[in-house]
Parts: sequence; C-alpha cells; structure tokens
Amino acid sequence: MLKLIKMTVNGKEVETAVDPRESLLDVLRNRLGLTSVKRGCEVGECGACTVLVDGEAIDSCIYLAVWAEGKTILTVEGLRGPNGELSPIQQAFVEEAAVQCGFCTPGLIMTAVEIVGSGKRYTREELRKQISGHLCRCTGYQNILNAMERIVNETYKVVGQD
Amino acid sequence: MGVGSRAIRVDACEKVTGGAKYTDDLRPANCLVAKVVRSTVANGRVKAFDLAAALAVPGVVKIVTCFDAPPFEFPTAGHPWSTEAAHQDVADRRLLNERVRIWGDDIAAVIAENEVAAARAARLVRVEYEEYPVVLTPQEAMAPGAPVLHDARPDNVLAHTSFKIGEGGYEEAAAAPGLRIVEGTYETQTVQHCHIEEPVCYAYMEKGRVVVVSSTQIPHIVRRVCSQATGLPFGKIRVIKPYIGGGFGNKQEVLYEPLAAFLTTQAGGRPVEIELSREETFAFTRVRHAIDFSLKTAVRPDGRLVARRYEAYSNQGGYASHGHSIAANASNAYRHLYQDEQVLDADTYTVYTNIASGGAMRGYGIPQANFAMEAHMDDVARAIGMDPIDLRVKNCMRQGYVDPGTGITCYTSGLLGCLDQGKKHIGWDEKRKAYANQTGDVRRGVGMAMFSYKTGVYPISLETASARLVLNQDGTAQLQMGATEIGQGADTVFTQMAAETIGFRDEDIHIVSTQDTDVTPFDTGAYASRQTYVSGMALKKAAKVFRARILDYAEFMLKRAAGAMDIRESWIVDAESGERLLSMADLAIESFYSLTNSVHITAEETNHCKSNTFSFGACFAEIEVDIPLGKIEVLNIINVHDSGMLINPALAEAQVHGGMSMGLGYALGEQLRYDAKGRPLNNNLLDYKLPTSMDTPELHAAFVETDDPSAPYGNKSLGEPPAIPVAPAIRNALLHATGVAVNSLPLTPQKLVEAFAAAGMIASWEG
Repeated sequence: MLKLIKMTVNGKEVETAVDPRESLLDVLRNRLGLTSVKRGCEVGECGACTVLVDGEAIDSCIYLAVWAEGKTILTVEGLRGPNGELSPIQQAFVEEAAVQCGFCTPGLIMTAVEIVGSGKRYTREELRKQISGHLCRCTGYQNILNAMERIVNETYKVVGQD
Repeated sequence: MGVGSRAIRVDACEKVTGGAKYTDDLRPANCLVAKVVRSTVANGRVKAFDLAAALAVPGVVKIVTCFDAPPFEFPTAGHPWSTEAAHQDVADRRLLNERVRIWGDDIAAVIAENEVAAARAARLVRVEYEEYPVVLTPQEAMAPGAPVLHDARPDNVLAHTSFKIGEGGYEEAAAAPGLRIVEGTYETQTVQHCHIEEPVCYAYMEKGRVVVVSSTQIPHIVRRVCSQATGLPFGKIRVIKPYIGGGFGNKQEVLYEPLAAFLTTQAGGRPVEIELSREETFAFTRVRHAIDFSLKTAVRPDGRLVARRYEAYSNQGGYASHGHSIAANASNAYRHLYQDEQVLDADTYTVYTNIASGGAMRGYGIPQANFAMEAHMDDVARAIGMDPIDLRVKNCMRQGYVDPGTGITCYTSGLLGCLDQGKKHIGWDEKRKAYANQTGDVRRGVGMAMFSYKTGVYPISLETASARLVLNQDGTAQLQMGATEIGQGADTVFTQMAAETIGFRDEDIHIVSTQDTDVTPFDTGAYASRQTYVSGMALKKAAKVFRARILDYAEFMLKRAAGAMDIRESWIVDAESGERLLSMADLAIESFYSLTNSVHITAEETNHCKSNTFSFGACFAEIEVDIPLGKIEVLNIINVHDSGMLINPALAEAQVHGGMSMGLGYALGEQLRYDAKGRPLNNNLLDYKLPTSMDTPELHAAFVETDDPSAPYGNKSLGEPPAIPVAPAIRNALLHATGVAVNSLPLTPQKLVEAFAAAGMIASWEG
C-alpha cells in the first residue's frame, strides 16, 4: 500500500506516493530523479547517499521516506544559483581537485554544506572527524580536506561565530 | 594550457552537481531486476533445484539455473585477446556454474519486476549439493590428496613459471666464501578494491541486438567476453560505458555483463539490471591475490647482491580470472629493480583455492612483490650493517638497463632524485641516527621502500589504441577516445594533449566521456597505467593529422602555403611572426558550407604501440609505535615519483594521494578473512577496515620529472604506482623503531603485540 508524503525538496514542494518500507534514498533516486544521491552500501557505512534533512546531514539509505513527511530535503541538485552557477562549496571542490571518480562527492558536499552552515571555524583535525563518515577510495581525503578547509575559512571571514 | 598545466578536470562541474550520470542513474524506467542465486557451499556440485517456492513469489518473471544457461566456458580477464590459442586467457567458468568453486558461486538467477521480489525469490530457491572438502591456501590446495577444483589442473596449480637471470644456481653461488646469507618469508593478504560504486550493469535488446550498459573500465573487452560467454556474435553486442564510480582493477574484469546480456534474451528483450550489494562485491567479484614469498639473498659485506632466490605462491581463488599474469608480473618486477652479480633464480606458482578469485588490482601483483622485496632489502641491510638506501642504490636499475626477459628498456630514470627528495623530506640521516637506540613503550622510526613499474603491457600483450577528432562549425572539436575515464582524470589529460598538439585552447576540445562500442574507436581500456602513454600516442597521431587537414584548408582559404602557417590558441597564424590570419570559427564554417570546397574535417588514427618504459618512485614514512597497544601512527609520509613529464601536475598529485591511501590500508588494516568453510567473515565496510579520514595522515606527493623519449609527451605510468611502496616503507619504519621484523600484512595491533611479546618487549601481555 503506497502512502502519500509531502516534503520540500531542493526548494520545491513535492507530493509523492511511497512504499512505507522505502528508503529516502530510493525515493529521491527512483521517484524524483535526483540521481546525485548515490548508493554505495545501503547500510549507512559509506556516506555516499548523504542529504540534508532540515539542515542535518543524514544517510538517506537508512532513513525511511515516510519520516521525511513535512521536512525539507536538500541534495547537490539544489545547490546551484539561479543562473546555474556553482555554490562556493562546489566551486572549492572543483578548484582544489577534490573530485576524482565523483561517486562520494555529492554526499561529501552535503556534509560540507552542513558544516559551513554552522558558521563555526573548524581546524583541519576537526574537519577530519566531521567527514569521517564518508568513505572515499580515490583521494586519500587530502584534497577534499583542502576544499573543506578553504570554504570553512572563507565563510568564517564573512559570518564567523565561534 | 595544454600539456603541463594544472587544468581543472573537464568533468568536475558535472560531478559536483549531479549532472554526471553513472550506470544505475541511466536505468530505464521499466527495468527488471536480476538477483544471483549463490551456492552455500564453497566446493561442490549442484545436484538439483527446487524452484517452486521461489517461482510463487509475486513479481518473479523467470528463474534461470546452471542447467539452462549456455554451455560456453569463457575467460573474464580484461586482457587484450590473443588470436593464438597458447596465449589466450583460461576459460574456466560458465555464466552459471553447476560445479561450484567458491562460497557464493553463481548457480542461478532470478529475474523479477523489482528488487524485493528478486531478493525474496533468490532466498527461496532450494538447492541440493554434492559437497567436497574446502582448500583455502595454496599449501592446502597443493597438498597430496587435495580436492581437484578444475579437471584441467589435477594438481590445482593454474600455472608454474621459472626463470633464471645469470649463470649457475643460487645454492652454488651462495656457497662461495665471504658472503652473508639472508633468508625470509613474507606474506601478503587478500584485500578488495572497494570502489564506492558497486559493480552494476543492465542489458536490453534493440533491433535483435543486445545492448549492455555497464560500470566498466574496458567496454570493448566487455563486448568480446559477452560474445564468448553467450555465443552471440560480436556485432550483435553493443556496450556503453557511462561515468564510473571507481574501478581500481575490479572493473578491468568482465563481471556480470555477460549474465545480464543473457538474461535480457530470456526476458523478451526487456531491460534487466544486475547491481551487486556491498557484501556481494566483497565476496563474489575479485580480490587482490594473497601471495606468499620465500626469499634468499647472498650478499657481499660491501652490499653487492651476488645471488638471489625467489619463490612465490599466489592464491588464485576459485577461477582463473587474470590468473598467473599477476604473479608472473610480480616476479618480473623482482628482477627489474635490482640486479645480481651472478644469478637470480625464480619460481612462481599460481594455485586454485576455494576463496574469491584473485584479479587485477592497482599495481597488478607489484604491491605484493614490493612488500616482500623491500622488506627483505631492509633485512639484508640490517644483516650487513649498511644503510638501507645505500644498499639499494648500490644494486638498483640504472638508465640503459634492458630487461633480459622482455627487452623493456630503461630510457629515463629519476629514481636517485626521488630518493634524495624523500630523504630530505623525512629527515633520513638525522632520524636514522636519533631513533637508533630507543627504549620505552613508545618509539619512533623512519623507513622507506622504492619500486619500478612498467607502462602498459607490451610486449607481453598487444598494445593498441585509437582516437578520433571531429571538427564543429564553430571551430571547436569533439574528441572521442576508446580509452576510458575511471576517475583518474583521463578525459582531462586527453583534452590537454589534443589542445597541445593541434594548437587549440583546452576549452575548444569537447571530449566525449561515454564509450559506446558502436561508435567509439577501439581501445582495450583503462589498466596497466597505460592510457596516457599508449592511448596518448594514438591521440597525438590523430591530432597531427587533424592539424594538417585544418592547415590544408587554411591554405585553400588564404592562398598561403600550409607549411608557413601554424595553429595557436585556436587561430591560424603566420608561423614566423605569429600574426593571426584566420579564426578557427571562420575556417570551420567555410569548410562545412563552402559551395566550392565543402569538407568535414575529421581524423581518426590507430596506434599499435610497440614500446614500454619504466617509471620509478619511493615512499618515505616516519611512524610512532605504541608497543603495548601494538598501534602504529604514521607521523609523516611522502611518495616521490618519476612518472616522466606530468601532463597535469594537480591530477598527478591527486593520483598519488589516492594510491598512498590504498597503500596505507594495505599496510595497516585491510584484510578480507574467511572461515574454515570458505565463507567470508567481514565482507562489509564496517568490519573490513578501509581507511577513513581519521585513519589517514597528511599525504605528501612530490615528483622528479624526466622526459621519456619513448612517450608521446615524455610521460610514463602513474595511475597504479603510488599504491606500491607504502606498506613496505611502514614495515621498515617499524623495524627501525623496534628492531622487530614483521613480515606479514596487515600490521594490525593483534599481530604486532604478538610479535613484540615474542621478542620479549611486552613482559606479561597474557596476564
């Protein structure tokens, strides 16, 4: 039996019928076509499916779609500006060569959005801990941390609060 | 721009926005789902199925078993095919196997309308087996009376090769007076690639042909193997490769594409997808071979290697896959890097067992051999009281070396420069002294390891590649490569190469990332760190032809000799003065629509590469070890590489970071384990310890650039090498810190505590 849920996805109100057993990951990918949300393990180990739910980064593979009722969901598809320009976080990933195969990238960017949104300044060591729920086999995390550090510092200069 | 610049990846924007489409992102809406039914014995034979309960599950479309599948035995390795039977890969499996050789072997497949129905039905398939004893290691499999896995190999030895470089035998040479003899055994473990995208493919029929869309490194090879496995002719199969979420060699293997191709023919041509779970990926795709080494060295007190003996046993698992190529490659590397005064005598065995099949993985046998070789070199240095780097420098390959087995020549070597940079970075001379006589529970050490690596597979196998350039009306061009982007940045460096050779700006080259065997020129794909070298040659050849055709057209338009003109920054210019004469857009639009001389300017070239070259590098590591905890912390680590000229230094550094990370996992935590029945114990990302950001130190990457004359742009292999020297460097740092030689990977706390206790460094650890 399908259940109708309402949520706000990337700024738009969405009403969709879901199977109560269905993960948010499957609904975003299969019903809403948001294929940036990647499936890497389906048990919350790899972080590739990370999206923001009411501003909080969660593994959408272990989050039931019905729990998203009334909530606000953000994926990388929702980050671009009105004229298609990249957000500063996306830009930092591009310029710091933090992208290789690209499969873990959207999830990491969503965690970066959560971190940057806090307005706090984080040390590199703190950032290491913050992203440790994301597995990446290509980069050794080096350039990902470079991108994160850059964007956290840039943001702090503008809206800094400790 | 062009070659040598830190150009931004051409696919970066798509990959940060969700625009880049991977295989499952493209799955058609009406796609069926297939689930593989897996054997619950590791060695045996399927006697019968009871499908009644499974077929009753709503949504099940069809169940195909090993008794219904095509009878063809086929090879799965992503090697170029050989038309000579003696050089063909071993064909030892079928689409679905009645005779099962690993726990979880493919014995049937359920096709259903959705994932839930497919998974439920797969669980409800009842199977009756004849069960045989299980062998998990080469030693068990080679023991008298061991069960025979494949009738064609009654001793379970897939292959045994030997070579001898020099005169006489090892024992004879080692018996000479005045030599020190050093012996050791070294063990490497089974690990998995852990690309974050699972192996996934779907197949459907169109106009009587089968179209396979797959996450693969090797689309043209997938086409060939699909043909061999299903009996369909090559031309009836079309393979499409979209973006891929990592491969590292596991997708240089034809995994489930042939089964998907067969299943769509069983489902009326409807699309059928096979996407593995993480647990299946670990257990049923491919792994890095665990290889055990027994090494002996006779050395003069001054450090000159006189004679060496090498014996290696490689755990192949249930099916041949890349088979003996990997262990053979490992043994070749052992003879390349150091040369002996008298003789190197080597024997290598690859042995079938009942664990997951060993296949290609970043470094192709060399990380295993390098661990053994470089650990052993430190043991030799210690035995004669010599600095480990001095010992290496005294014996290592120099420019001009020619491999006696293959003729591969060392045209350029920056190895000694790599050692100098590494020593400086890590503070080698000071710290080797400072950490020499430590006491206490927490100690530090510095260690290093170095390697050589080939570039591509010539002359062992065919090396061929093709490239196509197609001019647009606005003076830009499409670039089509048979070579594949798998995350390493191939699309970007090919764009830079094309721009460099034609004289275009980077942004005027539009590379087509997707390979489609119907339209993409032939190339065998991404492996062996070959593409910038081999496919780069094809691209350079095509770009030169394309450039010449553009200049010919400029001659027609401008009535100037083509030879007096050049292309720079996408302009036709006077070759001498550089004066801009004609924009590429004006030239292109005329070439398309001229009423007197219309021509579509394109170029397509194949290059049959008949050369190879050595790249080099070294890893230097400083560690701190907590002896009672058995825990290693990496304080500082650097890889320094000679990969020839760098096409894109930013991407080169990124490759090194990723390889170092893989090497750190190999050194410190990763191991796929099995129980006595051959069942995997930790086939998930929680229990298998892939390095997280918290486990990874700052990664330093540096280069010594050499301009290799055999290469299209002075470049040599880079993709795989960074993973090679990390584990032995850390093992050698541990030896330096503690004096304890731990000769098996990974260097886990449990293992270290046992070693320290055995060395009397932990008094009452059992209490």
